[in-house]
Amino acid sequence: MEPSLASYLALSGVLFTIGAVGVIFKRNAIGMFMCIELMLNAVNLTFVAFSRYYGDVTGQLFVFMVMSVAAAEAAVGLGIIIAFFRNKQSVDVDDASLMRN
Amino acid sequence: MVTTALFFVFAGLAIACAISMVYHRNPLYSAISLVGVFISLSCIYLTLAAPFIAAVQILIYAGAIMVLVVFVIMLLNLDDEPTANRLKYLWALGAGLGVLLLAQTFFIFYAVMRAPNVPSDQNLTAGKTMNIGQAMYTEYLLPVEIVGVLLLMAIIGSVILVRRLKQPKLELVVDNELELRHEEKPLI
Repeated sequence: MEPSLASYLALSGVLFTIGAVGVIFKRNAIGMFMCIELMLNAVNLTFVAFSRYYGDVTGQLFVFMVMSVAAAEAAVGLGIIIAFFRNKQSVDVDDASLMRN
Repeated sequence: MVTTALFFVFAGLAIACAISMVYHRNPLYSAISLVGVFISLSCIYLTLAAPFIAAVQILIYAGAIMVLVVFVIMLLNLDDEPTANRLKYLWALGAGLGVLLLAQTFFIFYAVMRAPNVPSDQNLTAGKTMNIGQAMYTEYLLPVEIVGVLLLMAIIGSVILVRRLKQPKLELVVDNELELRHEEKPLI
């Protein structure tokens, strides 16, 4: 006996929820970045679970693509955070409100 | 039976590490917790008969991306996040959104439970590395090429973002603005 598809989807949903709530609660740009990575992983879990239950390789290929995009996102995102830190000496997203006032 | 036990152990570990990641204010503790989430998810991929994805998860996420994140945290020497002094309503908003998403999740759980049961594929061929490689270089060749171009763009983009630009020589400078600019020279 093995866990049903629904339990994998439920785990994925819980992880995605934690990530989405974390993006709202965190004020640190790096913290928000890590929460986004968590959400990407939750989606990857659904892809692999469906791939297992339908016996199709496409889901795992898609996971591979998502991982590549996450790596690209990490490089560019951390570059933006470093450039922001140089200008403001802070990574707090509340300091990035130059356009507001 | 063993698969079920392993699934629940690692699912619990993943959820605990994810909550710990959101809870901690020190970004380094968050990063370590996130590594825990990645490793438990990798073990869950193994229970799903996807060894290639499990290995790549460890290599790319826990190995490359998190090392980059920890490196940036150390480089910027970040302190603990201060407690929120404003935006109290964000707590209500975040909790509301969380409850909404959880309700949606369990609605999906319920709907899938009600749906006709999908038997899992018994011959376990989909996750084999050979099949993935074959699909990657025949049927899905174009997406793989596009991802390669995307990674190249990310490399060039991050180099251009982080590069320190030279100060332009000719500039209209009024009074002692130049001294002011020299005073607020960036730290790194």
